[in-house]
Amino acid sequence: MTSLASDAAIAAAREQLDAHTVETVAWHFHESTGCPFWLEKKSELNFDPLTEVKCYDDLKKFPTFEDEWLRGGPVRRWVPKGLADKPVYVFETGGTTGVPKSRIAVDDFRTDYSLFSDTLPNEYFPKGANWLMLGPSGPRRLRLAVEHLAQHREGICFCIDLDPRWVVKLIKKGWMDHLEEYKKHCIDQAITVLTAGHDVKCMFGTPKLIESLCLELEERGTSLAEQGITGIFSGGTEFTPQWTKFCVEELFGGPPEESGIYMTPTYGNTLMGLACSEPVTAENKYKITYHAPQPRAVLEVVDFDNTDELVGYGETGRSKLTTLTKEFFVPGFLERDEGEREKPYEKYPWDGISGVRPFSRLAGGTTVGVY
Amino acid sequence: MIELPAIRWGEPYESLEIDEVNHFYTGEPVAKVHTVGSGIIRRDAKKAKNARRALQEMMPAELIAKCKKAGELFESGTLTVGDSTQSPADFIAQQSATTGMPISMCEANVTKNAFVLKNLEQILDCLTRGLDLNILARGYGEEGRGVTVSYQAQCDALGAVLPSNSPGVHTLWLPVIALQMGLVLKPGSSEPWTPYRVFSAMVEAGIPKEAFCLYPGAGADIGGAILASCRRSMIFGGPQTVEQYSGNPKVQVHGPGFSKVIFGDDCVDDWERHIDLLADSVYRNGGRSCINTSSIYASRHTKEIAQALAEKLGPIEVLPPDDPNSGLAAFTIEGSAKAIWGALENDIEDSQVTEMTAKYGERLVEKPPVAYLRPVVLHHASHDSTSRNKEYMFPMVNVVECPQAKMLDAMEYSLVCTAITEDEDFRRDLMASTEIDRLNLGPIPTPKLDWLQPHEGNLIEFLYNNRALQIA
Repeated sequence: MTSLASDAAIAAAREQLDAHTVETVAWHFHESTGCPFWLEKKSELNFDPLTEVKCYDDLKKFPTFEDEWLRGGPVRRWVPKGLADKPVYVFETGGTTGVPKSRIAVDDFRTDYSLFSDTLPNEYFPKGANWLMLGPSGPRRLRLAVEHLAQHREGICFCIDLDPRWVVKLIKKGWMDHLEEYKKHCIDQAITVLTAGHDVKCMFGTPKLIESLCLELEERGTSLAEQGITGIFSGGTEFTPQWTKFCVEELFGGPPEESGIYMTPTYGNTLMGLACSEPVTAENKYKITYHAPQPRAVLEVVDFDNTDELVGYGETGRSKLTTLTKEFFVPGFLERDEGEREKPYEKYPWDGISGVRPFSRLAGGTTVGVY
Repeated sequence: MIELPAIRWGEPYESLEIDEVNHFYTGEPVAKVHTVGSGIIRRDAKKAKNARRALQEMMPAELIAKCKKAGELFESGTLTVGDSTQSPADFIAQQSATTGMPISMCEANVTKNAFVLKNLEQILDCLTRGLDLNILARGYGEEGRGVTVSYQAQCDALGAVLPSNSPGVHTLWLPVIALQMGLVLKPGSSEPWTPYRVFSAMVEAGIPKEAFCLYPGAGADIGGAILASCRRSMIFGGPQTVEQYSGNPKVQVHGPGFSKVIFGDDCVDDWERHIDLLADSVYRNGGRSCINTSSIYASRHTKEIAQALAEKLGPIEVLPPDDPNSGLAAFTIEGSAKAIWGALENDIEDSQVTEMTAKYGERLVEKPPVAYLRPVVLHHASHDSTSRNKEYMFPMVNVVECPQAKMLDAMEYSLVCTAITEDEDFRRDLMASTEIDRLNLGPIPTPKLDWLQPHEGNLIEFLYNNRALQIA
């Protein structure tokens, strides 16, 4: 069952968040270290972030962060002067139609995944084991991030190609046969890696691809466990309790202690990094609760109309994200997801979110594919 | 409230994702339905052969007898459905409550489905054109003229993605069990009732429960998985669905019927004799079926025909669903009736089109959260009118003036065509037409089905391949 955080742990985490917020805002709005975008925005603000942001709650003074600011160039306007001499990556989201949102990254993706690594049980994610990355590639953060995770854990990562934008296009066109073929093409590559003697024990996979991989292995008379997989992390709004139940009970053959396969859900994106989950078990009806990697990112569940207000615990609201790293500062980005606000957990003594699903008021415009 | 688990080869499955099916008007929950994801369907599909094997343990005659019993139970029995017992009256009330269909229409569909189950022997006899069913069961046999015939089953179980709006179409998959094939069904989101009650009746009648899967859930996900996993499937939908699956031998798609009544020049002067037939063809079952008439063609008197039809259909009012005279079904999807009416208003703007029902009051009746469309009769002064063959899901008919010589081209596709003519040349042309599926020669309402005729998309031809077999 869920173990709630103590009041002391919650207070300490809050104190750390407040201090981190002040430090991050100072970095992004200081002439010597800030990025061109925020330095320019500073002149439009009716307050001085350098003197008037004294705690996390002071971030409410910022106007609503607009999606559009992340679309189009020049992308260098987001690079903080304090990091201008570093090699810069750009990661994109969406992009099936129009200009995708993009963010710059230097080391954040590595930091996020190094921290995430500390939450993985070594028993199921053995150090030195090789990895399979079965997820979106191209301009996504995920491929490099998972590869870093593998390397951080002293392993080597095998990757397959997956272009989620093509997948979404296939769905929108109704080309379901093509979609099936593309999925099969990806799964074939994954099975080739798994059966080629590479000693792969860990993997990242999207829910639909894990499902397809297991079904195809079953079709070939084998299983993930027989192929040596012991640890999986997966993520996204398709990672639902019902899917987890099906996956654990039927595709894996039982909980980790029976099947030998441990799977952990995650919820991440290019802005946040990687939110971790409380343990997901049959006893808890496979309830999935995420906690953001605070203080580097904060997830809040806010009222649909008044997005400055948190909803009560257990109540439904929209997911609102704040990114607080030296590379990137985004105050109050309204996500395209909704869920229920959850109480702080002992390992993550700050608010969580459960039941994450596409934001119902936008859901009609969301196409979910194999990824 | 009734709780309906998913059914996986006969076994109930409790999902962690449960949809509520609500009353079309009050929004009150009527059922809780356990939904599944595509992975379960794909995994279960590997066991389809067990369903067929279980059914092959019984001879076709035995299965037909059990289907007959199931038909009786479906029509009159109190059955265990989900976690509740369900009487025939409960079933009808629940179906009407979630679909918005009048009680009388639901009752008519019970009769129709029960008739098919109770008369499977004759229906299969007609679908197979008299073939001994034991030949299908065994795979081969003697045809009776010293020739071995063989039929190869194309699947172990038929998949069906079922609609929410027209419970009458269930007659199309009901004969499958007697053909020793399992059923993988996705119930309609607001009409889970018929598949669950049929399942219950069949199991109660002694048909092995492992022949059935019922997978409620998200349309595209579940539908896609069923079509991908079953070697033969049927799906119901609009023109877009029809286009998507046309030419796919694994999928039989049922869409709009564009059914018609046409008058030959030799009979059109007697049109008044047939006005009841025309009105019945347009209005029966709330005008929702693919076999309802959506266009009437004649070379003359079309204005009078349209006017007479408008007089009959135009005054029909929206009545509560439990009123025995209620004949119009609600549109339960928000905005859909308004959108259809908007499309019709566009059609009416055409100078060749006249709305004949205008004087009988507003056609769009909004009763939030639902809406109704009262019958519409449009007169088209010429077969050049672009909207002459349009079909909507309510009693709407186009009366089109068209010379007999041009009728066949102008009509385009018809699922059912009733031709009122004694002109042998015209009849010969109609016989030769590849655009007509079911041809009624003479004054037969388009919704009147003779179950002893094969229906469109003959199930036997879909499920069995007629192959060569030589035995040394």
